[in-house]
Amino acid sequence: MVQEVISGNYAQSYAAKLARVQVVSAYPITPQTSIVERIAEFVAAGELRAEYIKVESEHSAMQACISAAALGARTYTATSSQGLLLMHELLHWAAGARAPVVMGVVNRAVAPPWSIWTDHADTISQRDTGWIQFYCESNQEVLDTTLLAFRLAEHADVLLPAMITEDAFFLSHTVEPVDIPSQEQVDEFLPPRVTKMAIRPGTIGRLGSFTGPDLYMEFRHKIAQAMERSADLFLEIEDDYERLTGRNHGGPLPTYQVDDADAVLITMGTATTTARAVVDAMRARGKKVGLAKLRAFRPFPVREIRQLGARVDRIGVLDRSFTFGAAGAAFTEVVGALYGSRHRPRVRDFVAGIGGRDITPQAVDEMFTALLKDRGPEVDWVGLKHRLEVNRRG
Amino acid sequence: MTTTRAEHHDAKAGGHTTAYETEEDLPEAPVASVPSDVIHTASWRTFRPVIALAKCTKCYVCWKFCPDVAIAIDGDGWPVIRLDYCKGCGICAEECKPLAIEMVKED
Repeated sequence: MVQEVISGNYAQSYAAKLARVQVVSAYPITPQTSIVERIAEFVAAGELRAEYIKVESEHSAMQACISAAALGARTYTATSSQGLLLMHELLHWAAGARAPVVMGVVNRAVAPPWSIWTDHADTISQRDTGWIQFYCESNQEVLDTTLLAFRLAEHADVLLPAMITEDAFFLSHTVEPVDIPSQEQVDEFLPPRVTKMAIRPGTIGRLGSFTGPDLYMEFRHKIAQAMERSADLFLEIEDDYERLTGRNHGGPLPTYQVDDADAVLITMGTATTTARAVVDAMRARGKKVGLAKLRAFRPFPVREIRQLGARVDRIGVLDRSFTFGAAGAAFTEVVGALYGSRHRPRVRDFVAGIGGRDITPQAVDEMFTALLKDRGPEVDWVGLKHRLEVNRRG
Repeated sequence: MTTTRAEHHDAKAGGHTTAYETEEDLPEAPVASVPSDVIHTASWRTFRPVIALAKCTKCYVCWKFCPDVAIAIDGDGWPVIRLDYCKGCGICAEECKPLAIEMVKED
């Protein structure tokens, strides 16, 4: 194992190389581009033996990956924001074809207004496509989770595509020391893909055949069951990864200082690091607050959310996107999971960091304080400016 | 798990039928075992394109514009409508510069 100082984007590229991906097809978009540029360099230098398919759009990139994955190849692509939205139709196709494509997504706000800054609206909008979704806090987590995702997606009991997300610029373009496992370690963890897919070279097979009401529902039910099985398999696979590398990021909902907490904040992505520092600062002042990091959004960790809900009375959810006409998506899913529990804590939604607005320690402190005082609206936009200061230089 | 008997009739593919006893018997992804060209998809056409070869200049604009790849080029280079697939949309007739294609109502 070596340690290198790399960006979140390069953590994706290194993971794809270590996974020995066989087919890569991608289209550039800020802030993702350096992921697939680095992979292209690996292929050009002969360090990675892969087909690198250049295409005219993200829609085609995903189609190329689906076809290759359906034939048994290990496939990878990466995108962001508008590119992911253009892929939307094919995301459904990937899950329906049971093609275990692995994709890095850099979370970037959706236009208009045009923006390149971080926001989770792009991937949250894909939550119903049948893709497994992981959100990452650090570059190390990006690399590790991408390797976990290959193993999980390709598991015979899963066969679903998976996306690994990282916040734009906070991870994509920020360098951190990352432990990079050796090729031998990864080869042991992630052997070549074994497939029993129905389509084989040399035989006639057609993906996406017409299916009437007599069978369509069963095919969708099979996806639902596979997604459900992936929850426990993820825990097993992460344990296996820990045996090889010594690292385990703690399943779909790792917690911090929750045992005696009066209030717990649920975060996704890089806001977690800020919130952890705020927990430490508030604990030093005698405030019993804690943190839970929502790593997996699909499958949604209902069991873990209920376990958390059984031990705290007040939960805040920090949503870095908003579902217009409802609330933040993580909030509604947390509330939905807890409604079936005997103990139902008070849950509040904090919508923050939209379009890359800073989630400052002060803002997180305000969220915890509001939770502890049990005052304020159920859904609150934190950090809205009441007097607008416009940066005229953009 | 509900056990159902489901049959997949692909009548247009020459009566090809596969029986599944349970959901577990289904493949993970729906995969057809016949190529798509055996499925004739044009039965509901109202108008058919008819090419007047005397006016045709072999420019192949019709071939290029057909959204269903339903125009072939024969050994002499003439465009031929593949009536098993043509749905009669009329784009070829609209695009044909020498006006060599006429849309004729089916019987």
